[in-house]
Formats: sequence, C-alpha cells, structure tokens
Amino acid sequence: MYQFSGKLKMLSFALILIGAIGIGVGFYNAPSSVEDVKEMMSHEASSHVDDHAGANNHAVAGDHKEESHVAATVEHVEHADNGSEDHGVSHEDAHAEHVFHQLQNRPWSALYVSLFFFLGVTLLVLAFYASQRVAQSAWSVVLFRVMEAITANLVPVSIIMILVILSASVLHWNHMFVWMTEGTFDPSSPNYDAIVDGKSWWINTPGWTIRSIIYLLIWNAYRWFIRKNSIAEDTANDGYKTYKKNYNVSVGFLFLFMITETMMSWDWIMGLDPHWFSTLFGWYVLASLLVSALTVIAFVTIYLRSKDALPGVNDSHIHDLAKFMFGFSVFWTYLWFSQFMLIWYADIPEETTYFVARFEEYKVPFLAMVAMNFVFPILLLLNSDYKSIPWFVVIGGIVILCGHYVDVFVMVMPATVGSQWYFGIPEFGALLFFLGIFIFTVFSAFAKANPVPKGNPFLKESEHFHYYNIEHRGEGSGDHH
Amino acid sequence: MESSKVIHAFYNDDEILLDAVKAVKAEHHHIEEVFCPFPVHGLDKAMGLAPTRLAITAFFYGITGLSFAIWMTNYMMIQDWPQDIGGKPSFSWLENMPAFVPIMFELTVFFAAHLMVITFYMRSRIWPFKEAENPDPRTTDDHFLMEIPVKNNVDELTTLLTKTGAVEINVVDKH
Repeated sequence: MYQFSGKLKMLSFALILIGAIGIGVGFYNAPSSVEDVKEMMSHEASSHVDDHAGANNHAVAGDHKEESHVAATVEHVEHADNGSEDHGVSHEDAHAEHVFHQLQNRPWSALYVSLFFFLGVTLLVLAFYASQRVAQSAWSVVLFRVMEAITANLVPVSIIMILVILSASVLHWNHMFVWMTEGTFDPSSPNYDAIVDGKSWWINTPGWTIRSIIYLLIWNAYRWFIRKNSIAEDTANDGYKTYKKNYNVSVGFLFLFMITETMMSWDWIMGLDPHWFSTLFGWYVLASLLVSALTVIAFVTIYLRSKDALPGVNDSHIHDLAKFMFGFSVFWTYLWFSQFMLIWYADIPEETTYFVARFEEYKVPFLAMVAMNFVFPILLLLNSDYKSIPWFVVIGGIVILCGHYVDVFVMVMPATVGSQWYFGIPEFGALLFFLGIFIFTVFSAFAKANPVPKGNPFLKESEHFHYYNIEHRGEGSGDHH
Repeated sequence: MESSKVIHAFYNDDEILLDAVKAVKAEHHHIEEVFCPFPVHGLDKAMGLAPTRLAITAFFYGITGLSFAIWMTNYMMIQDWPQDIGGKPSFSWLENMPAFVPIMFELTVFFAAHLMVITFYMRSRIWPFKEAENPDPRTTDDHFLMEIPVKNNVDELTTLLTKTGAVEINVVDKH
C-alpha cells in the first residue's frame, strides 16, 4: 500500500493556500464601479495623450471593430441611439462600462479557466478509464488504480463548478455569460438581443443550470459506482460477475459521456460566445482534454513508479501512454486546424469573428498553443526510444499541459475579458489552487486502495505487457521474449 | 579456398527455433540465415540483429515531401502567378498557408510512405522477376530452417543441433 507522504500533503495544502490568496487578490483588485474604471482609463490616457485626443473618428472606428468581434456586453445597444453631437461623450461612457465589465470578469474567468481545465482533465481520465474497461484492454490494467485515484479529483471540482454555475445563473454575481444579462430576451429592453433570443429555447438560465447539474451528477455517479465496484472486484471471487457488471456500466457511461460532454462544451464554453456556433466544438474540447488527461495519467504513473508504489508497471506501459499522448496531440491539432481552416476559408462574418477576436488580441497564446500542442510533442515523442524514457515524457508532458491550459484560456478569455487579458496573479493563483486540490485528492485516494487491481482477469497479461522494441531498464533480457 | 558447405537444420515450431537460436549463439557459432514461413516474434533480438533504420529514412523522406510541397505551393500560387482567386490572400505564402496545409500534409505522407517502401525493396533486394532464394520450399509453409556455415566441425554442430530439437539436419554445398 502507498503512503501519502506528509511532505506531499504539506505541498498540496501550501498550493491551495497560496492559490486561494491569489484568487482573493484577483477579486480584491477588480474594479467595483464604472467610476473606478474611468479614473483608471484617464490615468492611462494621460500617459499617452495623442491616442484619444481629437481623434473622434478614429476612436469610433476602432471601437466599433472591437465591439463587433467581442459581440458581448450591452455596448452595442447604446450605440444605436447615439446622436452625432454627444457621440464622443456617450461612447466613452459606453466604452468605460464595457471595460468595467471585462475587468470585473477577469477574476471569475481566471478561476473558471483553471476550474474547467482541471474538471475536464479529470473527467477525461474517467472516460479513458471507462474506455479501457469497455475495450477490455490488457495493457492498462495495472494503471487502473492510478486512473481511479485521479478521478477522485472530480468530486471537489464538481462542487466548485456547481457553486460557480449557481453564482453565475441564480445569484448573478458575475457577467461571464452575456446572455444572462437582464433583458436579453425582452424586446422592450435596451439589452434585447434578437439573435440570442432566437436560441432561448436552449440558452436560458434555468435550463442551463439544470443541465449543468445533471452532467455533473451523471459523471460523479459513475465515478462513485466504478470506484466502489472496482475495489469490490479485488475480493469478489464471484465468477467475474462484478467485472461484467463494471463492464456494462462503463458501456452505459461512455454513451452518456459522449452526449453530456458535447452538451457541456456548448453550455460551458460555446455559451460564452452566444452569437457564435461551431459543430466541431464538442470534439475539439474533447481532444484537448483527452490529451491532457493522458499526460496527467503518465505523470502520476511516473511519479508513483519512482516511489515504488506501482509494482506491475514497466517501461512499456510508459511507452504506451506516451504513444497516446503523441497520437492525441496530433488528433487535437487535426480538429483545431479543421475548425480554423474551414472558418478561415469560407470567411463567413458570423463565424469568423471568433477567430478575429483571438487573432487580434491573443496572437501570442493562440500561436504558441499550436507550437506547444503540436510541433513540440511531434518532434519530441516521435522517436520510439524516447517514449519510454520517463524524463523525456515528463518534459513533453509539461509542454503539452501548459499548451492545453493556454488552449482553454484562449477558448474562454476573449469572450469574457476581451482585450483586458493578462496572465497574472488571479490566473496563476487559480492554477495553483486547483493543482493543490488535485494533488491532495489524487494521492489520498491512491493511498486508500490496493495499487494492484487483483481481481481483474487481464491483470497477468498487463503485468507481462511488453512492447517489442523496448529494452526495459532494470530487467534481464530473459524476462520477456 | 575455404569450404563452402553449410548445415541446414529444420525445425517445425517457432518456440523451439527460438530456443535453438539462443543455444547456437551461446556456443558462439555464426548463424548465416534463418528462413521462416512467418515473422517469429523476438527472432531478431535472439540472433542479435541490428535494429532497422527504416523509420529514420522515412522521417527524412517526410521532411523532403514537406519541403517540396512548400516550394511548390509558394512557386505556383505566390511567385509565378499570384491571382486573386475568390479573395484568398496570395500576397505571401504565410498569409495563404492554411489553404496549402492539406497539400503539405498529403505530400509529406506520400513521400514518406512511398520512398520508405522503395528503400525497403532495395535494401531487401526484392523486385519483380527476382529469383526466389529459399533453400527448401517447406520453409514457406510449415518449417523453419537455420543455416550455419561449416568449418570442419560438422559432427560437433550436428550433435548440438540435434540436441536443440532439429527435425532434419542436412549438410549441403553452397554455390
């Protein structure tokens, strides 16, 4: 049995504490009124005067462009009844309000990006685990307890997600989702948005909240069931009845997972840009989270193996995980590019705004993400020998994980904070906070069960798993042939 | 002149063959060749054959294909005759790059795959009308054959090979 070391526990608490402080600082620094923002903007303006002074036309043109691709906020409503005389003044007010909402969104978005990233990664570990059961794959059986332990993180992140969902939809504490603005669906309101109103059969606050909670319940129910029954499998000795039950439930879960994952990506990510839509999006989010999930499995496996906590795992298992990391990195790139290229090629304005917003204001993360998620892993993990060298996999994995964090960042931020984005204390704090929770839940869950799933009929095969061209370190050549 | 006799030892099971190869290697005899009707997992390791470098060649062929595609799209679409086709930006290669990616991808795969296969044929000396080299037709059906060059040690080798479970041992002239 594995012992959750006190050092690691301290580290996780420290991360949670530092992260919580970072998140708190983010909320503390967010402006509380439009006046604050105006003051801040006048400070900024005075530092480069020539930008705004006497260039009303320029300001209007520039802001109009920004407004059209952010496609959020109440700003465009005010735009409609602007007279020619007071144009400059009222526009500046509108702009200040716009920036105010963006700055208010920033701590929420910082929290949301990390929350979604960790929730998604944990969820995809669960889905990958279910797929391994359904495929009756033998190689991964010795990794089952690692994957189960990682899914323990699903519980706290789901709870935080429910809190964030309720604070957005019921309590109206944040403006991340523009369509939750009062009057969006009311034709007599200045905030009326006909396009969103046309979709109100799907995006409406009660429906969204209920759906979100149902997704989380389904995922957590499966995790709770499979963890309990996987441990029961160890000692069941009932002619594989428990094993078969776990198989059947996993088939059912995968079916529900594919549906809920797709709808989750519409509700939680695409819902941030309610004027934009894409059919590929569910798959794209899936690919991004799946490659991160496999990397996380590889990381936890490599760490636990280095602590001698995983007796059955050999270099071939690491090699297979790295192969999956490599393959799904390419798969992610395929979907990313398919989505980008189809929209770029046809250049239909209502679709293109999405990428215009990202390309104009997020050029560095947007392009760096492709290098980190595609070019780097493809060159590093192409060689078969490198895939079984743990430190190589770790280096590749760190870049992949950072790359997919940036991916989620670029999915969320342009819709909520627009040009006001920055990777600072709130973002970093949220990342550390969820990392701390992850370390604590995962390793305490791993310490609670036998690291070898004894009752699994494929266990022997998994322990002798050997990829043909891998020379295992620390084993004689006679161990396999 | 050195004698050009070889021993042909026949086996009828791949597991027995694998153990025989290890036993013969352990006695430091050189194994000239092993003929099998199907790939025997681990035979190359047991014989101590060097790993193949075919994958490395494929990587470089792929890079060649990619370079070719980049050169071709740039020359044709940007340099030679930059037309406005449906508003696509043909001012520079990079601006119009997404449209070229499918070609770049396919040519990379095309070059990597085909040139690697041709390399394989050349290195393995396989071509149409090539005379077959199998010393005994049974090796394409259900027998395995180990070929060992003889250096005045026929008796010693025969005893060793009998012990390893060979079903038939012949000493033949090699031309």
